[in-house]
Amino acid sequence: MTDTTQTPKELKAAENRLKREQRSLMIRRFMANRLAVCGLGLTVVICLIAFLGPLITQHEPLKVNPIDRLKPPSREHWMGTDNFGRDIYVRVLYGTRASLLIGFSVALLSSVIGVTIGLYSAYFKPLDHLLMRITDGLMAFPAILLAISVIAVFGPTTQNVILTLVVVYTPLIARVVRSNALVVKEQPYIEALHALGSSTTRIIWRHIFPNTVSSLIVQASFVFAVSIITEAMLSFLGVGIPAPHPSLGNILYDGKNVITSAWWMTVFPGAIIIGIVLGQNILGDGLRDFLDPHTNKAVSKR
Amino acid sequence: MSQAATGEVSPQATAEPLLRATDIRQHFPVRRGFFKPNAYVKAVNGVSFDLMEGETFGLVGESGCGKSTLGRTLLRLIEPTDGACYYRNKNIFETSQAEFGKYRRELQMVFQDPYSSLNPKMRVGSILEEAMAIHGIGSRRERTDRVIDLLETVGLSSEHYFRFPHEFSGGQRQRINLARALSLTPKVVVCDETVSALDVSIQAQVLNLMKRIRKEFNLSYLFISHDLGVVKYISDRIGVMYLGNLVEVATAEELFEAPKHPYTQALISALPKTNPRVEKQRIKLTGEVPSPLDPPSGCCFHTRCPHAMDICRKVVPEPRTISGTHKTACHLYEESV
Repeated sequence: MTDTTQTPKELKAAENRLKREQRSLMIRRFMANRLAVCGLGLTVVICLIAFLGPLITQHEPLKVNPIDRLKPPSREHWMGTDNFGRDIYVRVLYGTRASLLIGFSVALLSSVIGVTIGLYSAYFKPLDHLLMRITDGLMAFPAILLAISVIAVFGPTTQNVILTLVVVYTPLIARVVRSNALVVKEQPYIEALHALGSSTTRIIWRHIFPNTVSSLIVQASFVFAVSIITEAMLSFLGVGIPAPHPSLGNILYDGKNVITSAWWMTVFPGAIIIGIVLGQNILGDGLRDFLDPHTNKAVSKR
Repeated sequence: MSQAATGEVSPQATAEPLLRATDIRQHFPVRRGFFKPNAYVKAVNGVSFDLMEGETFGLVGESGCGKSTLGRTLLRLIEPTDGACYYRNKNIFETSQAEFGKYRRELQMVFQDPYSSLNPKMRVGSILEEAMAIHGIGSRRERTDRVIDLLETVGLSSEHYFRFPHEFSGGQRQRINLARALSLTPKVVVCDETVSALDVSIQAQVLNLMKRIRKEFNLSYLFISHDLGVVKYISDRIGVMYLGNLVEVATAEELFEAPKHPYTQALISALPKTNPRVEKQRIKLTGEVPSPLDPPSGCCFHTRCPHAMDICRKVVPEPRTISGTHKTACHLYEESV
């Protein structure tokens, strides 16, 4: 290099150029990862259907029409009608919306709480004992049982379902973050930061946290998928989203009694659940390969 | 009390030491069982020495003798069990962590492993600016300017500003580590095996750089190494550690010309001969280093010492001045005081 003295302005320009290059490189690397692209595609398609689908139909999710009970799929009712004559297509889409909302909120909230718990318990030994015993306790309960009992106490509303699932799935994230943070914490560059006089907050959030992000994203996408399944189960059992409001779980429940005569009430919501969960899981595996190239490929493991 | 040699006497005997360590102890508890009392690994067991301004004090000893632990303890990366460390006549072991933050600017460290002592997810520029940001030095632009200056000082260039640590060789990374320590304009730099992970030709480059920087920034080094050649090359004075104790302190020439302590003699006789015609007596030590969990009574070296006497097994030798700048803790030199 001939020119060794650069002005801050030139440096800034160089930094921007580098960032741009890096971004395009990252996008290309992501596109090369077929698994992640498929998962993302599936998820995006389902989101689009859920949020744009209701616009192209006249039906209302709660409108009861006893004359059109249990009609098979037709031009009028694309996915048929249920035992109250409500249009399944609209109900499934609204249910999907509710599921996505719950999945997203749970993934977000439990990530925020789980990361905080994980990082601080990895950093402070006494806190670790306390917090990890609590998470052990929470994980010892079957998720569904814990969720049912919490909702039985506080009542079945969407917020309560979200809060319950956050309680149930936060330990999963806290564990993963903690185990990653424990490794990073012992690295010499963290000790070097101590030697520089860095504050604990700075070390935890600026240096340990970024090193746990990749596994956090993978775990969060898993929590997203699992909480959608759990919500469907809760609704199926009647303790999820309360009855007249559509949810994938309670549409399945309504369809259960007529499963031999009206297959459309089971097949369509079921297919959507499979679609969301499959998309999320594939995306999660793909992201893991993308963010953490050192571990074995998810595909070759199977 | 202390069974260590003190290095209070220095080339300029009148000057105040910049850093004075007295009787530093670092004991790590080992849990043996629920009801048994904890055992202690006595990693550093009463070490005292002085570091003068502008001086390089080399610390040699074999693996596990506590030299790195001593370095870390001085910077309070590990809280000391006992002892005092005076920096400009202020005991930095008695300050609160918050107050000690001010001293961190003046007492810096360069770590052993060039590969893991830099955050792999950050660019070199950010790593170097981090130190100044922590202490709130300058504006962002000033910090950037200074980092580029520092990169040039340590023999890198401004184009390295945006690189990630993995894009550098070991020697270059060690230069970055040095630059990070320098960014706070320290007075004392503890170099913990700074060159031992590098190959020989790179070692020489980095050592020469460190010598140059010492002059430029008027630094004092506490240079920790197990490599006698490296320590001889860079140090003004050398302390020899064995099993958590400082057994001998002397100027570099004195130590290599006329080692006094039997352990130092054995160490130096183990160096390869540079002249094959010179006959050299090799002193072979037998046995292993005793466990620091249960160090021997009396002199810590008596289990392996070829000259061990009765007194060595019972009485801890006090550090004695052999000549002006030469001190050793050995009963053999009892009469010569």
